[in-house]
Amino acid sequence: MSQNGSHSRAPKAYFLVFAALMFFTALTVWAAFQHLGVWNTPVALAIAVTKALLVALIFMHLKSSPRLTILVVAASVLWLAFLIVITVSDYVTRAWLPIYPR
Amino acid sequence: MADAHAHAAAHAAPPELRHHFVDLPAQREASSLGMWLFLVTEVLFFGGMFTAYVVYRSTYRRAFEGASNLLDIKLGAINTGVLIMSSLTMAMAVWAASVGKKKLIILFLLATIGLGSVFLGIKYVEYKQKFDHHEVPGPHFVVPHDENTHEPLPRQAEMFFSLYFCMTGLHALHMIIGVGLLTWLIVKARADAFSPRYYTPVDNVGLYWHFVDIVWIFLFPLLYLLGRHTL
Repeated sequence: MSQNGSHSRAPKAYFLVFAALMFFTALTVWAAFQHLGVWNTPVALAIAVTKALLVALIFMHLKSSPRLTILVVAASVLWLAFLIVITVSDYVTRAWLPIYPR
Repeated sequence: MADAHAHAAAHAAPPELRHHFVDLPAQREASSLGMWLFLVTEVLFFGGMFTAYVVYRSTYRRAFEGASNLLDIKLGAINTGVLIMSSLTMAMAVWAASVGKKKLIILFLLATIGLGSVFLGIKYVEYKQKFDHHEVPGPHFVVPHDENTHEPLPRQAEMFFSLYFCMTGLHALHMIIGVGLLTWLIVKARADAFSPRYYTPVDNVGLYWHFVDIVWIFLFPLLYLLGRHTL
């Protein structure tokens, strides 16, 4: 039933989220052409994460989902972080050792 | 005792309720959780490619930035908008199902299919350009020139295009499967299979469609935008 309660006001929220997603798309294209030094990628990723959260929370009803569902989704993000962080920590630190000359 | 349960269930159970669930909300929560679990496996499926991208992009930065600048940013941005719009129509289809408006369900599902097809059509145009310019990895690949310096890019530009085709290709495959699922939903909706009490298939295909949208939300900046500040 968790879904039914939120659906009555749903269309308005959906259009607001749609407008926000379009705005963030324009923003990320604009930001990509600015000279932000090392910050170009973090800014692009921050905007992408914001957009993904909007889609997940509102379009996918995660906001009004049972806690178990939210836990499962959070776990997927955690495991994805393990995958990327551990792999990158290997590749980044290889150059520190003399056995892998570049 | 089992008899009493069966009796009570047979007495009150609506036809769309499977016997092993207490009631419809429990059934809905279970099916939704199952769909999310599938999407978790998808996160890690795409996650492997994103990891490969992160590793090679950090290793061959200049090749990746130069090759990325050769993608058509206008088509990429338009496709992002098209996909976001299709997510809106999908969300509206799920809403229409939850309030039992059959005509609206079909209308919004058709709009979602239409927008998904536009996305795939634009993707085809982009792929065609890449084939014409010999920027597809393989025997016919020609190392492209930098947009700024007009010198040849490092040869790892080919790796960028390998990742580009794998990631966008896998994403497009998900879109094609999604269009198939939406078509199936329209057939079911026309046959009056959904009601405000039961519209689980619409809900779950909606989750799938939005997930595919989220993947593109990350693919667009990572593939199309990473080198633009060098122009």
